[in-house]
Amino acid sequence: MTRLLKNVIRYGLLTLGALVMLLPFAWMIVTSLQSPTAVFAIPHTWFPSSLQWGNFSKAWHAAPFARYCFNSILVTFITTLGQLFTSILAAFTFTHLHFCGRRTLFAGLIALMMVPGELLLIPNFVTLSRLHWIDTYAALIVPWLASIFTMFALRQAFHAQPRSIYYAARLDGASDWQYLWHILVPASRTTITAVAILQIIASWNSFMWPLIVTNSDRLRTLPVGLTSFTSEAGTNYPLLMAATIFVIVPLLILYLGLQKYIVAGITQASAKGSSL
Amino acid sequence: MINAKPTLKSTLKALLYLAPLLIVTITFTIWPLISSFLMSFYTKYNYFTNQVKAMGGANFAYLWQNPDFHLAVRNTLVFVIGVVPLTVILSLGIALLLNQINWLSSFFRTIYFLPFVTSTVAISLVWNWIFHQDNGLLNALLGGSVDWLNDPHYSLTALIIVCVWRGLGFNIVLFLAGLNNIDNHYYQAAKLDGASAWQQFTNVTLPMLAPITVLITVNEIISSFKVFDQIYALFHGQAGPANADLTMMYYLYQKFYVEGQYPVAAASGVVLFIFIVIITGLAFWYFQRHSIKIWGRRS
Repeated sequence: MTRLLKNVIRYGLLTLGALVMLLPFAWMIVTSLQSPTAVFAIPHTWFPSSLQWGNFSKAWHAAPFARYCFNSILVTFITTLGQLFTSILAAFTFTHLHFCGRRTLFAGLIALMMVPGELLLIPNFVTLSRLHWIDTYAALIVPWLASIFTMFALRQAFHAQPRSIYYAARLDGASDWQYLWHILVPASRTTITAVAILQIIASWNSFMWPLIVTNSDRLRTLPVGLTSFTSEAGTNYPLLMAATIFVIVPLLILYLGLQKYIVAGITQASAKGSSL
Repeated sequence: MINAKPTLKSTLKALLYLAPLLIVTITFTIWPLISSFLMSFYTKYNYFTNQVKAMGGANFAYLWQNPDFHLAVRNTLVFVIGVVPLTVILSLGIALLLNQINWLSSFFRTIYFLPFVTSTVAISLVWNWIFHQDNGLLNALLGGSVDWLNDPHYSLTALIIVCVWRGLGFNIVLFLAGLNNIDNHYYQAAKLDGASAWQQFTNVTLPMLAPITVLITVNEIISSFKVFDQIYALFHGQAGPANADLTMMYYLYQKFYVEGQYPVAAASGVVLFIFIVIITGLAFWYFQRHSIKIWGRRS
C-alpha cells in the first residue's frame, strides 16, 4: 500500500513537472494555429475551432526566413565540420606525437576553457572590423573553428584506444595521417558524433555573436532574424509563434532522433568538469 | 615513431598538425584575452584607427561611480541568488524521482531535456507571450493580473522563471549521470546496517553526489552571471522596465554595441570576469570544506 502511494506521488510530481516543461511548447503551437484576434479571447482555448494553417506560409514570407534558414544551416554545418577537423588533428597530436613542450601547451589550452567567451567579444569585433569581415560569413564562422572543449573530449577518446593498433598500423607501413583518418577516427565515432551534436545545438542557437557581427538581412541567422521579425509582427502573436516554430523544430527533430548521443556527450562533458 | 624522444622533425610535424587549432585559438582567444585587459585601461581610444593616446584607470573609476553599473551588479547578484539554488535543488529533486522509477523514465527525461535543445531566444519570445498582462496564459492560470514584463517589481522574477525553466534539463542529465555512478554496494551495506531511506539519502546519496553538485553549481553560477539572450528576447531588446533587468552582460552589450564606448565596456567585462573568478573560487572552497566534513564522518 505504501509502495503504491509512493509511486502515485512520484508519478504525480513528475507529470506535473513535465506539464510545466511542455506548457510553453504547447502554447506556442496552439497560438500559431489561431487567427490574430482569436488569441486575445478570454477564456483561452486549447482546442481552436478553426485551424489557420496559412499562418505558417504567411510568417515564412513576412520576413526572409528562407534566407535566415539557409544561413543557419550553412554556418552550423561549416562551423561543426571545421571544429571537428581542427580538434581531431590537435587531439591526435596530443595523444600520438612526441614533441617539445607537449604538456605545457596542453595545460595552457585547458586553462583557456575557463575564460568566459563574452570577455573576448569586443577585441574580436575590433579584429574583424579591421579585417573588413563584419557582415560576412567569415565573421560568423572563422572565430568558432577551434574549440578547446571538443579537442579535449576527442583527446580523451583517442587516448582510450589501444596503442598496439597504432604500432601495428605503423609497422605495416601506414602513415600517421592514414592511421588517424582510416582507423582512429572511425573507432572513435561515438564521441565524435556526441561532440558534433553538442556543437550543432550551440551553433544553431547562438545569438549574441551573430547579432553583433551582422547588419544586413542577407546574413542574419534564424535566431537573429526572429528577433528582428518581432518588431514587424507587433502583436500578431500567431505569426510570431509560427516563426518561433521555424527556429525550434529542426533541432527538436534532431534531438528526438539522436537523443542518446546528446546525453552521452553531456555526461562526457561532466567527466571533463570533475577531472579539472 | 615509436621511440618517445621528441626530435626537431617530430616537433615540426606536431606543429603542422596543431597549426589550424593554434592559429584560430591565438587569434580569437589568446590575443583578445590580453587585448580586452589592455583595452579596459585605454582612456583615449580611437576605434577606427585603433590608436591609443592615453591609458589609466579612468574606466574603472567611471564604473565605480556609474549608477547604471551599480544597478547592473545588484540585478545580476539578485538574479544569480534567485536562479542558482532553485535550479540546483529542483533538478536534484527531479533527478532523484526519475532515478526511482522504471516505467516511462526515459519518456520523462526526454521532456525535461527539451528546453536545452531549444533556441533560448525563440522560447523566450514564447514566454513573452505567456507573460502578457491581459491575454497571457500565466495570468489566466493564476487568476491574477500581474504585469510581469512592465512592472519593475515583477520583471526580474519573470526572467528568473524563464531561466530556471530552461536550465533544469541539462542539470537533471548531469545529476542522473552522478546517481548512476554510485556503487550499489553502498546502499546494500547501509541497508544491512539498518539505515532508513532518509539515512541512506543523507549518508550515501548526498556525499556521493558532492563532486557533481559542485560542478553543477559552479557551472550554473557562471552561466547565470552571463545571462543575455533571455533578456534581449523577453523585453524586445530592452533591459526590462526602468532597467529592472539590466545585468552586467547587458550593460557590457549596451556600452559596447549601442553606445560604442569600447574601453568602458571592456572594463565592465573585466569586472564581470573578476566576479566570476571570486565566486567560483568561493564555491569550490566552501564545497571542499564541506565535503571534507562529510568524508570524515563516513570513514
